[in-house]
Amino acid sequence: MRCMVIVKATEDSENGVMPSEKDLSEMGVRLDYEGDEVKVIDGPFAETKELIAGYWIWEVKNIEEAIEWAKRVPFNHGESTEIRPFIEPDEFGEELTPELRERGAALEAKIAEQRND
Amino acid sequence: MGPIRKPAGTAAETPSATVEAVWRIESARLIATLSRLTGDVGLAEDMAQDALVAALEGWPRTGVPDNPSAWLITTARNRGIDRIRRDKVLREKYEKVASEMELSGPEPGPEQVAFDEDRIGDDVLTLIFTACHPELSAESQVALTLKTLAGLSTEEIARAFLVSKATISQRIVRAKRTLAESEIRFEPPAPEEMGERLGTVLGVVYLIFNEGYSATAGEDWMRTELSAEALRLGRILAGLAPAEPEAHGLVALMEIQASRFPARIGPDGEPVLLMDQDRARWDRLLIRRGLERLELAGELGGSGPYFLQASIAACHARASAPEQTDWDQIVGFYDALLALRDTPVARLNRAVAVSMAGDPGRALAIVDDLAGDRRMEGYHLLPSVRGDLLEKLGRGEEAAAEFARAASLTGNEQERKVLEGRALRASKGFSS
Repeated sequence: MRCMVIVKATEDSENGVMPSEKDLSEMGVRLDYEGDEVKVIDGPFAETKELIAGYWIWEVKNIEEAIEWAKRVPFNHGESTEIRPFIEPDEFGEELTPELRERGAALEAKIAEQRND
Repeated sequence: MGPIRKPAGTAAETPSATVEAVWRIESARLIATLSRLTGDVGLAEDMAQDALVAALEGWPRTGVPDNPSAWLITTARNRGIDRIRRDKVLREKYEKVASEMELSGPEPGPEQVAFDEDRIGDDVLTLIFTACHPELSAESQVALTLKTLAGLSTEEIARAFLVSKATISQRIVRAKRTLAESEIRFEPPAPEEMGERLGTVLGVVYLIFNEGYSATAGEDWMRTELSAEALRLGRILAGLAPAEPEAHGLVALMEIQASRFPARIGPDGEPVLLMDQDRARWDRLLIRRGLERLELAGELGGSGPYFLQASIAACHARASAPEQTDWDQIVGFYDALLALRDTPVARLNRAVAVSMAGDPGRALAIVDDLAGDRRMEGYHLLPSVRGDLLEKLGRGEEAAAEFARAASLTGNEQERKVLEGRALRASKGFSS
């Protein structure tokens, strides 16, 4: 399975070489999806814990293995991480119609193409 | 995966699942360190197993220790010392060699022994080379590698290879005996044999990957867990030998091939061939990683067989539709591959590429040349490809006979069904 390991922002992570909390908040944009409408909301947001300082995508056998690896991350200043199983296209089953799948793949191909330019 | 139980205030983990996860992460490092301390991979593996049993028994009662890897290695070492003290033959052996295992003096307390972080990488690399030692049979190399480096149990290996647990146990026992009898020391290969020894290791990893990628027996077309283990081993190896282009080449090859897993099986479990696959199902993350890894192998001067095979796989991965495949480039990579190592299977693959590049007639001539090669006897893909070429050239009856022959030769149930279907369609004059 794949999972996303989200590193939550802390006061500390906002100091030093990293952008400040204010910068990060102001850089941040949130998207809310409701029916056909997509709301784009600019930061700042309420709390640092709701901000993501960074993330990894890990390939592991199960959630227990991800937890064990996460324990080995050299954090010790009150940081916190969150592990979320990665939902792969195939897990959507029939809900993900071939048309949607096609659109997703086309979008990814386009992004990849522009990255290579 | 079930929901995770969360007792108030404690981490979300169950002891046995945690033991398993810790084992998966630490067992190679544990066995490698113990091998250096004892100079004996067989004994090190026994000691590590003792510690695993102790953890499985103890952790559910006492909870998971704060530093589980230190707990494992201390326990393994103490139990190892017990073993040596109890066993006369072992004791005499260890008194003779200058071992780093201290047999006298007080036992270290809990979690006092730690991994030597400066040496651990070298130790694991040495363990890979020892498990894949050329003195061992291919079967033993595979079993010992999965046991000591991937942390799989004998039962898991047996299940993956569809053989009995006793068979795998026997292969491991035999491997340990050979290492002991041939007095193979736990040490890295000499620089002058490095290239050849690395080749053997890469071969073992790719063998494991292929067993998962195209199961040679049984009803499952793929056993992806085995491939996933091989990929993990390959990445560990490339991490430990970062200057070796072929190590990266092999990882790139496995990543790109693994990217097709979701598209390789149809709704009824039947295999779907490369040209018929729904490319939207290919795993883009793996493709991207594979292509980046291939680039790295190229920068390191890659030109070996894994680099070339990965380059061929990359041609397919880059084509968003089958008709966009650059077949001329693929033929070129096969030429380079044949110049390195002329095998009938590589020739057969090249023939397919020649046909796809627009010349099925010339491809058929290459395949016909191979038909007399005794190494190809009983190899189902030869009649399968020949059938395909004959069909393209409009010779349906002959094609049907070849597909039927291929069906009779394959040991894989799903593949046999596909080939029988093609035989039927070819005899009716429909091209597929």
